[in-house]
Formats: sequence, C-alpha cells, structure tokens
Amino acid sequence: MSDTPQDVIIGLEVHIQLANLKTKLFCSCSSDYRSAEPNTHVCPICLGLPGSLPVINKKSIEFATRLALALNCKINPKFWFFRKNYFYVDLPKGYQISQYNKAGGKAFADGGKVTIKINSSKKEILLNRIHLEEDPARLVHKGSIRTSPYTLVDYNRSGITLIETVTEPVLSSPAEAREFLNQLKLIVQYTGISDLSLEGTLRVDANISIKGHPRAEVKNITSFKEVESALIYEITRQKHEIKKGKEIMQETRHWDGRVTIPLRTKEFEKDYRYFPEQDLVPIVIKKEFIDEIKDYLPEMPNERVLRLQKQYMLSEFDAENLILDKYIADFYENGVNKDPTFGPDEYKLYCNWLMNNIVGWLNENNKKIDETKLKPSHIIDLISNIKKGNITTKIAKTLIGDMMKGNSISKMIKDKGKKRISEETIIEEYSREVIDENPRIIEDCRKNPKAIEALIGRVMGKTKGQADPKITRKIMIILLRNMRIID
Amino acid sequence: MSKKEELSKETIEHISKLALLDLTEEEKEKLSKQLGDILNYFKKLDDLDTTNVKPTTHPIDGLKNVFREDIPGESLSNEEATKNAQHKKDGYFKAPRILKE
Ligand SMILES: [Zn+2]
Repeated sequence: MSDTPQDVIIGLEVHIQLANLKTKLFCSCSSDYRSAEPNTHVCPICLGLPGSLPVINKKSIEFATRLALALNCKINPKFWFFRKNYFYVDLPKGYQISQYNKAGGKAFADGGKVTIKINSSKKEILLNRIHLEEDPARLVHKGSIRTSPYTLVDYNRSGITLIETVTEPVLSSPAEAREFLNQLKLIVQYTGISDLSLEGTLRVDANISIKGHPRAEVKNITSFKEVESALIYEITRQKHEIKKGKEIMQETRHWDGRVTIPLRTKEFEKDYRYFPEQDLVPIVIKKEFIDEIKDYLPEMPNERVLRLQKQYMLSEFDAENLILDKYIADFYENGVNKDPTFGPDEYKLYCNWLMNNIVGWLNENNKKIDETKLKPSHIIDLISNIKKGNITTKIAKTLIGDMMKGNSISKMIKDKGKKRISEETIIEEYSREVIDENPRIIEDCRKNPKAIEALIGRVMGKTKGQADPKITRKIMIILLRNMRIID
Repeated sequence: MSKKEELSKETIEHISKLALLDLTEEEKEKLSKQLGDILNYFKKLDDLDTTNVKPTTHPIDGLKNVFREDIPGESLSNEEATKNAQHKKDGYFKAPRILKE
C-alpha cells in the first residue's frame, strides 16, 4: 500500500452556531447560554414538551442567506424543514428539526466553494450544500464519556441555530482540511453571523476513507486545532487496519481528544426516517430578499486583500496576513486612518508593528486584541516617537507589554525621563553593531585600551543615552576580550 | 383492494432497535400483527386514483414564511423546567450513560 496523500479522501460537515443571533432557531429563549445555570434558557418548545409549536427566527434565514452568498452557493427558492428521527439523550423530541435534500426536500442552498492556498498554490474546495438545523442539548459526563456512570443533560443549547456546511469529499490531507476550516472561519467572521471565538461555536464531523475502502465518520471534533489531530489519528488507524488485512467498518466514531472510539455501528440514512416537519410551513425566498441582503453584505476577506493592497500600498503577503483575523484588520484600518499625514512608509511600518510585535505578544499571552487596552492610536504614537528620535526601535520593542496595558510610548518617556536600558542582550546587540561599524577605533583599542571609551560613547549615542553605562562598559570589555583585541 | 400483510419479524426487530425498545417474543408477534393491521388500513388510500393530484407536503396549502423576530422572551425557571423529571442532579436532567459496556 502506498502512503501518498492521494489515497486519503476527506469530507467535512462543519456545524457553526450562529452566535450573533439573540434567540434560538424555533423559540424565543435567549441564545446567550454560556454563563447561565443549566436548564434556565429553556421553554416547552426547546424542551420538546408535547403540544408545543416551533416558529422560525427570521434572522436565522437572513444570516443563512448571508453565508450562502459569501460562499457562492445557489439559494433554493423554496424549501421546508424535515424531522430527522433518532433517540439520543440530547434530543428531547426524539427528532432533530433539520433540512433534507431528498424526498422532495431541498437544502438551504446548494454548491458553493471555498478557495484555499496550499503550498502556495490555490485549490478550490467544492461544497455540496449548506443547511439550517437546531443544535441538540449539551451533555456533561462525569469524567470521560467512557467511564461516566450517567449523563447529565443541559437543554440551554437545545434549539440554538446551527448552520451546517457540507463539503464534497475532495479534501486529501489533514493540512488541507485545516486550511479549509481557516478560510471558512474567516468568511463566517466577515459575514458577521458568528465570531466563532466562543467555546462550542464550532463542531466538525469528518468522513474519512482510504481509497477503495468504506468510510468512517468521526464526530465531536470541537475545535479548529483538534481537526488535524483527529484526522491524522483516524487515517493512521485505518491504514493500520488495512495493513493487518482487516476490513474497515462503516461506522460512527467519537473523537475524545486523543483517539477515536466506536459509537454507533451501521447507522444508515434510511434509519433516520426523514419526513417533512408538519409543525412548520414552507419557506419561500424571493430574489428581492436575496438582493437586499447582498447589498448589505460586508466586504469579504478576498475582496479586502485586494483593497488593502491598493489603498495602503501593502504587499500581497502583508495584506493576506492582516485579514487572517478580522479584528486585527479592523484595528489596522482604524489606526492608519487616524493620522492624515500617513503615507506608504507609515502604512507599512504600522503593519509591521502590528503583525510582528503586537500579534506576537497576543499569541504569547493567549489574548485577543480587544481583551487588551491597546488603542489604534498607541501605534501611531510609537511610530512618531521613533521618527522624532525620542526612542529607538529596539527599546520600543521592550515596551510592547506596557503598551498593551494602555500606556502610550509618549507617556512612558515623559514619566520615566529617558528610559534606562539595562537589559544585557539589547546592550550587547548595540555593542556588536558599534564594533562592526568602527574598525578603526577597534584597531586603536589594540594599542591603547582607553579607546574603549569612544566605543562606549558610540553605544550611548545609538541608544540616545539610554544604555546603562556601567553595563555597557562590562559588555564591551567582554566582547573585545573574546575578539582578543584587549587583554 | 391491496393484499393484506403482516410486518415481518425482522422489520419489527429493526424498528424496535431504532426506538431503543426491548421486546419479548410475544410482544413482537402481537405488534407485527397490530402494526400490520394499521398499515393495511392506510393502504386503502392506494385505491384512490391520484393521477391528477399534485403531491402535498404540508396540509395548509399556500401558507408560507411564518416567522418571529429575533427578540428574546421569557424562559422557564430551572425548577419549572425540571419539575416532571424523574431523574435530575444539580439542575441537570440525569440520563443513562451513553456507551454500552
Ligand atoms: Zn426555548
């Protein structure tokens, strides 16, 4: 058996909670359930009590339309919901209200595509459809799903609007799947239907097979990070089974964060006994409705890349990096537009500070930009202080942490007078520069060690007098000794 | 008139499994007859000539797009919500474990 990635066929079903909706899909319970006590955002509809009747949230249809347009899907002019019947503790009614594209039914929208970049070449990932459905309840297990003696059920999540995006089985590696999800996440963020930052807003089921063998479905992948590990695990498991001469079972497996374990075996579509939901009437979507949504559709990530390049004269690389997080890109544009004197140089400088230093700090500290006190004007202030020579780039870099706490560089310079640099690595860097730039003084040092004073002076000059002179002297002596210039 | 039939034992076993019901042999026999009777009764519909009748998916023809605005309303309290539950714990409904031994 060859090990080429072409052997692997992956299709994804991505469930995204429309977290920017205020209420659930079929009832008026608040969808803001994350910090709520269990079973307090529930009503007869989302608890599945007999006699209750669902009514569709209009905004769910609007949000689904936005996503369908952003993904270039074809929206179906008429569809109705279906009951998907199965018994599981997370479904109070014994069925999930979903959509079905057979038996006369239609998905919300068909087709569509997401373009990904893999090894710097572009690949179009074709979508099969997107559809709306209700989220099941949240299950809490004491310990793990394997060892828990019982299951606790919280119906606060029951009935939250989910939009499911189904790809064609066209992904050929875990890396492609990751890239696809990154792009999808971006598009979803840009449409404004969900920011995907809250826990549990995304769940992925993956259909995985090795060419010529049955597929297994892996459920419960609950974060972007886990998708790749779950896929790698499952591919390795299947290849191993095949190598041992065993046949792969068509089955549903559960990802527990470490391995996949069998859940329900041999579940077939017909066992769901889909039939039209009689408690809801059909939905007809008119062209005028779609056109109106289209008019208000926010700029999409690929459009923004082009505009950023044009408007701020950024490279494709910089623009692509900036848009990777909508909130960072918004921050950037807020910032550079605050100062009318900004030109191409400043646009580039602002981008560099943001992407290299600020984003670096955010990643290290595991924070999002709106969780800090950093304002777009702080970076303008930083750039202007460097330009005026009030502070060096190297020193400014050491002040990023303070800046994230809401302190401007100007204020820090004013408060502390000239900031002393005592950090040895920074002084050493400056000292090495001075040594490289002044071969003549180095020669002088061989004859007259007192010439070292001239070198220290140069370091002070480079740091606008901020380097600690004692530490600078110590470091300079060590460096010159290592170079065998002085004894 | 279409011909009378009983639900096969295999079908009964399959649908009872989907419904998570454990049936005894007697129950299976009783149900295959009873459910068969019900299905046969519905088969009377097959006697109608529907050549010129359009398929219907929803009972009220023409009714469409019944929506609500996205405005939060009152929910039940935890006490009310769990009042009729036989098994509960810490505000949750309590259910059997999911994976079989
Ligand atoms: Zn509700």
